[in-house]
Amino acid sequence: MKHIVILGAGTAGTIMANRLCRRYRNEIKCEALRITIVDQERNHLYRPGLLFLPFGIYQPTDLVRRQVDCLPKQVNRIESGIERVSSATNEVVLSDGRKLSYDVLIIATGTQVAPDETDGLTGAGWGERMFEFYTLDGAVALADVLERWEGGRLVINIVDMPITCPVAPLEFAFLADWYFTERGIRDKVDITYVTPLDSAFTKETCAKALTHLLTEKGVRLVTDFNAGSVDGPNGRLVSWDDRVVGFDLLVSVPLHMGAEFIRHTPGLGDDQRFVMVDQRTLQARLKPNIFGIGDAIDVPVSKAGSAAHFEAEILEHNIGRYLDDSPLEHRFDGHVNCFIETGFKKALLIDFNYNVEPLPGKFPLSGIGPFPLLEESRLNHAGKLLFRWIYWYLLLPGRHIPGTSTHMSMRGKRPLPRTPDTPAGPRPRQHLPTQVA
Amino acid sequence: MTALSQISIAGKTVDVDGEGYMQRPEQWDRSIAQEMAEEVGIEELTPRHWQVVEFMRKRFLEAGSAPSIRALGKESGVPIKELYLLFPKAPAKLAARIAGIPKPRGCI
Repeated sequence: MKHIVILGAGTAGTIMANRLCRRYRNEIKCEALRITIVDQERNHLYRPGLLFLPFGIYQPTDLVRRQVDCLPKQVNRIESGIERVSSATNEVVLSDGRKLSYDVLIIATGTQVAPDETDGLTGAGWGERMFEFYTLDGAVALADVLERWEGGRLVINIVDMPITCPVAPLEFAFLADWYFTERGIRDKVDITYVTPLDSAFTKETCAKALTHLLTEKGVRLVTDFNAGSVDGPNGRLVSWDDRVVGFDLLVSVPLHMGAEFIRHTPGLGDDQRFVMVDQRTLQARLKPNIFGIGDAIDVPVSKAGSAAHFEAEILEHNIGRYLDDSPLEHRFDGHVNCFIETGFKKALLIDFNYNVEPLPGKFPLSGIGPFPLLEESRLNHAGKLLFRWIYWYLLLPGRHIPGTSTHMSMRGKRPLPRTPDTPAGPRPRQHLPTQVA
Repeated sequence: MTALSQISIAGKTVDVDGEGYMQRPEQWDRSIAQEMAEEVGIEELTPRHWQVVEFMRKRFLEAGSAPSIRALGKESGVPIKELYLLFPKAPAKLAARIAGIPKPRGCI
């Protein structure tokens, strides 16, 4: 009997369990194949909702379901932590010492935030004037404070890349602008977005289309800022090169790392514990019978639920090919799409992959849309909220979402004008980092 | 696609994006690195500079993206404070430019 073991029952792991149980329903019935999924939590959290929770738009109960209700009946579920993977013997060692043998291993254990990796962030002031919204507890604590906050300097900082949902910190800034406007105290709040990147919008098409949003919403920008330490009592965020941003309330997006057990498995993950895989086939570099998916892997694509959704179809086919001893043919193209909340009941939609930047146009159909790309609209905001339904009933069960395709389609998009082959000429001007205001 | 153009540097023609970051790392060589460094105010590339540049290229070729400053600080053998001395103000970005790899970017 073949045994497929999935580590992690978040978005990616749950989709894979549903897809593989459907693909192999006959083999499972006649006991030629067994699928096991391991996770230490009882509940499944709808992570996109964590952005809205601090602003009272969602409550915790809106975002949480039991894992067992999201998984197929045919999967064997084990609620346990993971100690390590023994790739040489094809075994997973659980926290209690139990061993699981596998023929194929899928690592879908996602990311976790590590605020204690930044000096001072979890010291004095943590939970009082320094927060994060990437965990349920963190988002709930922040909601409590925002409700009572009377104003001051709000600083949103990304410690380093990569992070899950790279636009969420910017969305937070836009939502904060809306939230404090609704509360009538916007003039008492100073919002600053502090990023290690060299701009808020690093892709050319996005910069052209969206930079105006920062000015319109009164969001200050500090770039090329690599946070080295936080002084909570004095409200100072300090970079490695000693630049300072003062704050009264700091919303940090802490350093992201992969699951702990990856550190105990030599050769499996990089220094941030992301599983090293082939970015097209999703097969681990360590061994051919190990695969990865979702936030847990080191591919140069956004860590987003939509990436996991598109990766899942590729991975399902490649696992099928692997079990048949055939070459892995299916290739992930880096496809990601997402709705970006911009506040005041509007959002914008972007759709892109490894090779194509977010482009303007209509999604999914040319001309008809209905969702405008790279443009604010109320329909996109409705789409973002509707997405919660799509998540539970279409995405997690591994179903096709109407209007979308696994590989990014150029349908409806307006490509960039082609740059003519110019003769080799003078160098373009350098862009030096922005000074702190 | 990012809008591409070609430039002439150290006697070679290479593909760059709108900000002058190389898009095809295989077109790079050390003389290009020297010239890029001079353009951003680094007169001479010392062995410590090369250690960082070589690490960046290796990591990019393995993982498809430039390492973050933290990864650089931890894994290149050159600590973060020193990275700021070698590549002033924006080490991860400057080192990427000199190493002939695409600039570190977000998703938007």
